[in-house]
Amino acid sequence: MIQFGHVDKIYASGEMRVHALRDVTLHIDEREFVSIMGPSGSGKSTMMNVIGCLDKPTSGTYVLDGIDIGSASSKQLSVVRNQKIGFVFQNFNLLKRTSAIENVELPMLYAGKSRKERRERAEYCLELVGLKDRMHHKPNELSGGQQQRVAIARALSNDPAIILADEPTGNLDSVSSEEIMGIFKQLNDEGNTIVLVTHEPEIAAHTNRIIWFRDGKIESDRLNTERVFV
Amino acid sequence: MNMGELLKLSFRSLQTNLLRSFLTMLGIMIGVATVIAMISIGQGTNDQVTSQIQSLGSNLITVTASSSSGQGGTGSDVTLKLADADPISKIDTVKYVAPVMQATGQFKNGANLASTSVIGTTPSYADIKSWETDIGRFFTEDEVTDKAKVVVLGATTAENLFGKAGFDAIGSIVKINNIPFRVIGVLKSKGSSGSADLDDTAIAPITTVQSRFQSGSSRNAIRQILVEAKSPNAIQSTMALMEYTMRQSHKLGSGEDDFKVQSQEDVLSSAESVTKTLTLFLGGVAAISLLVGGIGIMNIMLVSVTERTREIGTRKAIGAKEGTILSQFLVESVTLAILGGVIGVLLGFGGSKLVGNMMSIKTAISLNSVLLAVGFSACIGIVFGVFPARKAAKLDPIEALRYE
Ligand SMILES: Nc1ncnc2c1ncn2[C@@H]1O[C@H](COP(=O)(O)OP(=O)(O)O)[C@@H](O)[C@H]1O
Ligand SMILES: [Mg+2]
Repeated sequence: MIQFGHVDKIYASGEMRVHALRDVTLHIDEREFVSIMGPSGSGKSTMMNVIGCLDKPTSGTYVLDGIDIGSASSKQLSVVRNQKIGFVFQNFNLLKRTSAIENVELPMLYAGKSRKERRERAEYCLELVGLKDRMHHKPNELSGGQQQRVAIARALSNDPAIILADEPTGNLDSVSSEEIMGIFKQLNDEGNTIVLVTHEPEIAAHTNRIIWFRDGKIESDRLNTERVFV
Repeated sequence: MNMGELLKLSFRSLQTNLLRSFLTMLGIMIGVATVIAMISIGQGTNDQVTSQIQSLGSNLITVTASSSSGQGGTGSDVTLKLADADPISKIDTVKYVAPVMQATGQFKNGANLASTSVIGTTPSYADIKSWETDIGRFFTEDEVTDKAKVVVLGATTAENLFGKAGFDAIGSIVKINNIPFRVIGVLKSKGSSGSADLDDTAIAPITTVQSRFQSGSSRNAIRQILVEAKSPNAIQSTMALMEYTMRQSHKLGSGEDDFKVQSQEDVLSSAESVTKTLTLFLGGVAAISLLVGGIGIMNIMLVSVTERTREIGTRKAIGAKEGTILSQFLVESVTLAILGGVIGVLLGFGGSKLVGNMMSIKTAISLNSVLLAVGFSACIGIVFGVFPARKAAKLDPIEALRYE
């Protein structure tokens, strides 16, 4: 599903050169539930941006679901983001003054799906995250946990190959965090591939595989035995 | 995303900042309103001038002095004289000839005063100008020959001097510049044309006006000679013959003309060109305000792009193409501009009606000018919307998502 081969990411702004990713080689298979951990500035977000095709590797190869991302045009990348990837952000990034269901419909709108299809799928996704009764609420009428559930529904709407979440519980209290992790777990059980970034060991504990980053390099990559063998 | 969805999106975004959207449209609104008002008032004035000139008489040709100041020059420079009318009247295709002289007159009837210009002319003047008397009669050729002190009053002048009824005017003596004149007729009202009251006039034999009100070196000078040709087809040939005759009697070679022969059409087209120039000039002023309006739109769209950086980042992250973002913002600026344009058209139309009523000008609005104004607004929306929209489309999604 995800294949990184000796990926480097270098940010060059004027004199400064930041080596954000160094020689990252990695495989993530379908149906995996992976967490990425590591200290601040270790390259986790950069990793997520490259996986999510918001950014291209400076060198190395990245193949997503059989597509060579390194040679894709920016237009092709937006199609890949739309079709293959579902993003969940730390600060939700829902559109203001736009109802939950319209937020969920947005990726399908960009995909050119019909009104009817969008509506049905959006309702289904919101039901999946337990928010069908709130679908006409605006983001500012929802709690943080609820907003993040809407964001997850939006990420699911185009049935992506992979769901990416950069610190999805970073802005949530522990109860909401548990709820969100419960939803991710359920989605993974249903066959979705999920990669998330987190600082918190208790969040990472829900996942099957934990990758540690330090200074842009993979420090460790191990299965979460506790969970896998429970 | 199709057009309907883009429009829905842009209306929603314009709605959330209703006051700002309105203020942004204001520039375009005022610009378009001015254009529409100017064009419709200009068109109205033009139509009016045309009908006014046409009301002067049909198949009309005028002879005026070309080089002079005042009435046909002064002293030895007098170029248009009463005597010039005679040879012209001998031309076959000429129906009527009326030399015209003009003087200002202070009218007095007992305690009633009036001040208006006295036109000195011959009886043909009434035929050329289709003046009819309401009561009494016009003066005769004999009275012209006799330099009779008789006067025919316009309806307004008669009312000023004799009150509403005016019947007792006939036969009364009024003083014009302290010289007693007998009133022999009151003209039928022609109403007003624009701001000019056609009835505020008085007509007397040209010989009388010349001997009583003209003095010194300009005594022989006349203002113009009015000529009516027998038919519209004869106008061109009559004009040529008139020029020939005038040159003969003035003993001039060609190119030395000290007079000007103009048909009504010439006057009409020169008047039209004046109003056209005016319309064009005011149109230019309006275009500048439209330009300013366009810059206002660009300014607000740039602010809007900055404010919505995160939204743009989010949209790009979930798969919006550059083109889609571009169209989103472009549709928004064009919607603003067109909306401003349409409101401007309505305002301009209302405004011109108002001004027209106040100045008693008929305004005319053409579908063309409306389409032009709205089309122009749309262009402004595109031209000034492209830059902000491109800026939005080119945003780097990662940077945009990180924007606070
Ligand atoms: N756009 C950028 N320009 C320059 N440096 C950057 C940019 N984005 C990230 N970095 C640098 O790359 C390194 C990794 O950052 P990041 O991936 O955000 O770390 P993390 O998410 O693990 O905290 C940091 O040193 C950061 O300063
Ligand atoms: Mg980070």
